[in-house]
Amino acid sequence: MKVYVPMDSAAKALGAEAVVAALHAAARDAGIALELVRTGTRGMIWLEPLVEVEIDGLRHGYGPAAPEDAGAILDGTSQKALGPVEELDWMARQTRLTFARVGVIDPLSLEDYVAHGGLAGLRRALGMTGAAIVEEVTASGLRGRGGAGFPTGIKWKTVHEAQAPQKYIVCNADEGDSGTFADRMLMEGDPFTLIEGMVIAGLGVGATRGYVYLRSEYPDAIRVMRRAVEIARKERVLGADVLGSGRAFDMEIRVGAGAYVCGEETSLLNSLEGKRGVVRAKPPLPALEGFLGRPTVVNNVISLATVPVIFEKGAQHYADFGLGRSRGTVTLQIAGNVARGGLFETAFGITLGEVVEGLAGGTASGRPVKAVQVGGPLGAYLPASKFDAPLGYEELDAKGGLLGHAGMVVFDDTADMMSMARFAMEFCAIESCGKCTPCRIGAVRGVETIDRIRQGDGEAVPLLRDLCETMKDGSLCALGGLTPLPVESVLDHFADEALPRREAA
Amino acid sequence: MSPPLPASDEIEAIIAPYRNAEGPLLPMLHAVQDAFGHIPETAHRVIAEALNISRAELHGVISFYHDFRSQPAGRHVLKICRAEACQAVGGAALADATLKRLGLEWHGTTRNGAVTVEPVYCLGLCACAPAAMLDDRVLGRVDDARMTTLLAEAGA
Repeated sequence: MKVYVPMDSAAKALGAEAVVAALHAAARDAGIALELVRTGTRGMIWLEPLVEVEIDGLRHGYGPAAPEDAGAILDGTSQKALGPVEELDWMARQTRLTFARVGVIDPLSLEDYVAHGGLAGLRRALGMTGAAIVEEVTASGLRGRGGAGFPTGIKWKTVHEAQAPQKYIVCNADEGDSGTFADRMLMEGDPFTLIEGMVIAGLGVGATRGYVYLRSEYPDAIRVMRRAVEIARKERVLGADVLGSGRAFDMEIRVGAGAYVCGEETSLLNSLEGKRGVVRAKPPLPALEGFLGRPTVVNNVISLATVPVIFEKGAQHYADFGLGRSRGTVTLQIAGNVARGGLFETAFGITLGEVVEGLAGGTASGRPVKAVQVGGPLGAYLPASKFDAPLGYEELDAKGGLLGHAGMVVFDDTADMMSMARFAMEFCAIESCGKCTPCRIGAVRGVETIDRIRQGDGEAVPLLRDLCETMKDGSLCALGGLTPLPVESVLDHFADEALPRREAA
Repeated sequence: MSPPLPASDEIEAIIAPYRNAEGPLLPMLHAVQDAFGHIPETAHRVIAEALNISRAELHGVISFYHDFRSQPAGRHVLKICRAEACQAVGGAALADATLKRLGLEWHGTTRNGAVTVEPVYCLGLCACAPAAMLDDRVLGRVDDARMTTLLAEAGA
């Protein structure tokens, strides 16, 4: 009997290990020969731990499973039966390109990976010139999934054309934004995709070395990625002779040390070099003077992990999905106070309302939705009146929002919006690298000014707005530059909360 | 009683595998902290000499990152997420109640040395918040009851 249980950290956090132990015990008692495969998560976190049993070649889901369900799951009588997993509405409505294998395969089986289309993209890329590889990525319309949405092909072209004795591919896996977990889910669920994407990037730009800068808050992802790199090296996907082509690419997993700002690319590069994670001024662009001063591609996990499918299916196939200048798929991460949270990969263009009310099923608390913060701690809090906004980089921008990494955190009507604005400033003060004064000092003053407003000092409101302008204009990176966005969105959309209610006359 | 300070040759052996790495400092610091639970003062001179950097420069790096400790933590480290997604489902109240119960501020250690409680800003468990991590074990949908069990397990 073949049974699948995720080893993704969200599944573990909800008790997957106890369920696995119970399944083994129940199988022993019933005399069933159990073949238990650990996978990534399908992304339906509200159903985790989600146990899948293969029946006539179809995987049937049971969830959320508890240890006491084990016996009934194995004998087919469990009340938690969901039917074939692929047919569940959440799965059937998705376009899984980047996440096609996540939740399906054993993340550390290269054989499984290849059987599900893995390495096809790399094999194709090995027959192409660097310029043709870069051109393919440009044609796909892929834009940086880390938040900024910069066209990946243009970045690669700059590095490709740079002359240097050594170039690098650096994967930014410092996924520090609250409400985002796509990078973690991919690394834990399909690590070879990221490795393959980095090798293709290396071939494209002429880099032979790569690093994944992975945050220390993700111990499970670190273990899986390190093991995957060892396997890939042993099987010659990495090394001096990639798949027998005579071309070289090797990579290493590096662990961050708990600094949020290191998700900013120049700060990440300093950290990787062993320095304080202080932001660098641009120019010079990392594409020309990056890691150790050498031309460097710095891409987010999802951007790099999307490269293999672009090469497997062709740039046009990828570009055919999407909206306007946002091509391909977006990996929505639905989090916070939601009935159904998780990851949903779909073409750009779905509206915020469809996501929050439709996919997420409203709040977990059953109370009305008050606000959604889109794009992480540096994204705006959007009220229900903005829910018609289609999710695309430019489209959300036009509504005063920030798509960023496409993480969304939902809040119900009990949320204290001014306290969220205060938290944005507090977080910035804690995590500021200290280089720019408006960020380092401004965030501290921001907390104080918001406290004044909360105590009823209306005159502090223009002061706060002025401070926000200064931070936006005077900060080198997005931390100081965008912290004002959530703060101002609270002032703009939740103005009635900005000042404490006056006593009723 | 605190354990004896590690000898220089012990530190040298720990950092040796990273000497030829590109950007070796963070891997070295992680290795030292993994071995001793903190970065002991005695390691500073050894690392600074190995990399030909000043001790001031080294101090600058160590103090920049939240992860590196100059003193050992408790026997267990409990990290509670303070970030937005966890706040949306009562994370702040959970954190406040836990700290109050233990009579601690953030970064404090229980008097019996069992648990150090630290804030963390996102564990990537935002769809099953509030989240926490006890040592390397991740925990989702943590409520008061679950926290009580955890603290008991950790001997707080």
